[in-house]
Amino acid sequence: MKKNNNKLLGVVATVVMAIVSLIALFPIISIVLSSFIPSGSLMRNGISFSFPWDELTLSNYTYIFTQSAEYWTWYGNSLWISALMIVLSLFFSSMVGYALAMYDFKGSNIFFVAVVFILMVPFEILMLPLFRLMMDMMLIDTYLGVILPGIVAPVAVFFFRQYALGLPKELMDAARIDGSTEYGIFFKIMLPLMGPSLAAMAILQGLGSWNNFLWPLLVLRSNDMFTLPLGLATLLTPYGNNYDVLIAGSVMTIIPIVILFIFFQRYFISGLTVGGVKG
Amino acid sequence: MNTVTPVSPVRTRKKQNKFLRFLNSKKVVPFVFISPFVLSLLLFTVYPAIQGVIMSFQSVLPGQVEFIGMSNYERVLNPTFYRAVSNTTAYVVLTVIILTIIPMVLAVILNSKHVRFRTLFRASLFIPALTSTIVGGMIFRFMFSEQQGAVANQLIGVFGFDPLKWMFTPWAAIGLMVMLACWRWIGVNILYFLAALQNVPDEMYEAAEIDGATRLQRFRFITMPMLKPIIIFVSTITIINGFRMFEESYVFWAVGSPGNIGLSIAAYIYQQGIQQNDMGFGAALGVVLMLIIFVISIIYLIATGTFKKGDR
Repeated sequence: MKKNNNKLLGVVATVVMAIVSLIALFPIISIVLSSFIPSGSLMRNGISFSFPWDELTLSNYTYIFTQSAEYWTWYGNSLWISALMIVLSLFFSSMVGYALAMYDFKGSNIFFVAVVFILMVPFEILMLPLFRLMMDMMLIDTYLGVILPGIVAPVAVFFFRQYALGLPKELMDAARIDGSTEYGIFFKIMLPLMGPSLAAMAILQGLGSWNNFLWPLLVLRSNDMFTLPLGLATLLTPYGNNYDVLIAGSVMTIIPIVILFIFFQRYFISGLTVGGVKG
Repeated sequence: MNTVTPVSPVRTRKKQNKFLRFLNSKKVVPFVFISPFVLSLLLFTVYPAIQGVIMSFQSVLPGQVEFIGMSNYERVLNPTFYRAVSNTTAYVVLTVIILTIIPMVLAVILNSKHVRFRTLFRASLFIPALTSTIVGGMIFRFMFSEQQGAVANQLIGVFGFDPLKWMFTPWAAIGLMVMLACWRWIGVNILYFLAALQNVPDEMYEAAEIDGATRLQRFRFITMPMLKPIIIFVSTITIINGFRMFEESYVFWAVGSPGNIGLSIAAYIYQQGIQQNDMGFGAALGVVLMLIIFVISIIYLIATGTFKKGDR
């Protein structure tokens, strides 16, 4: 009796979860399908339950691949800005997290508390003064202006510190006896051991800058400098004159990420839930 | 011509060695490691934060900056600001309720061994978090477009309601932003709760079952108290992110929603500071927003006992 009860409940719960999952995936599935119908039709009807199967066409994609150089410029910009930000922020943050975990130095506790407080300063108050600073530094409408303020990643520092605390300190002593410098220890021995945390943070930073909107919106001015979210936002007009690029283009920003997610799920999950390391 | 005094190679090496040894001493190494971070923190966070407070007492025009005392703050209390605050507050209240309760319930279900395809469900619910607000918002604009044939209007049509102009109806405007945020964040919050549920020892449930506790009682008296820290964490993060909300508003109306039905505090800062070029006033708005967020953060830190001494 009890066992049957559990089984029934399991079936009900499975069905509920299946429905919830379908609702969550519905917007993605429908935009992928809609990218294969003429944008005029989507414009007229919105996303509808009665999908016009007879209108299926590849025209949006042929257009974007042959006619829209602009879109590929944005794609390239987003790709290399994200890549550069991953490398720079990982490099600097991992050093700090490692130093906080492995060395007892004067002021390390104060430094840590200070970082906690700085973490609480919302970007919205920094936004205008940072914008002014960028104007003074002549960095408006430059990639450097987009990248520089993003290199500081206190969240990543926390994550790396937490991870480094779990690494064996004996390895450091052994390496010292072998004559390795402190920097050699970090780059040749400890950094490779931090691999999984590096992967998780690479995904957090990468996804963050791939999807970042507000700061590039302030800094970048000319169309050919735009990143993907900025470029796509300019196409999002009520007139719908560029919807073929908008729809197919949006789909092509999601799909690579979803594929990466399927292969590296574990790292995605630990990267995106980094705030919970303490809880 | 060459005025540099020749130095013997032995001496240079000695000097270099001393310098290298200094660089490699355990006292110096950590400072070398943290210095680039500290520099960029000072330049791109500390300096702008201070500058932001100073600017809020200034009138900032190109090449013409003067102190004007409190008058930026006096201007803050205006109808548009009230509108932005009430929109943002409504958004925060709704998102915090939805994004705490629903993920918790779904995580409890996903944690049960009787449910099948758990990994698949978890992954499906997580995928929306991979989209940007801009792309997600664009999809929502098509689902909630004013045409009769759009998904949202088809659904309410089933219940006999007339098609709605979602983006131009005040309560629906808030609803759109809330739904977009909840759709994107549910999967992430589920993961937080799942991680916390993993720490609840099975023995507690077994003991309760032997004592005759019902399923609901077990949830109320074992699961809920064990999840308390993560509930506080998730709700605080949601509240803070809610008060900072910008993109959800921007993707639907850029910065000009009719009657400001979709204006958030952050969008108001952008509108005044960047678009109207009234940076001093924008900075004052930023300071007000920062105070709101500080108070919430401190309540969170007290609630979780971060300030209490003791081992974790």
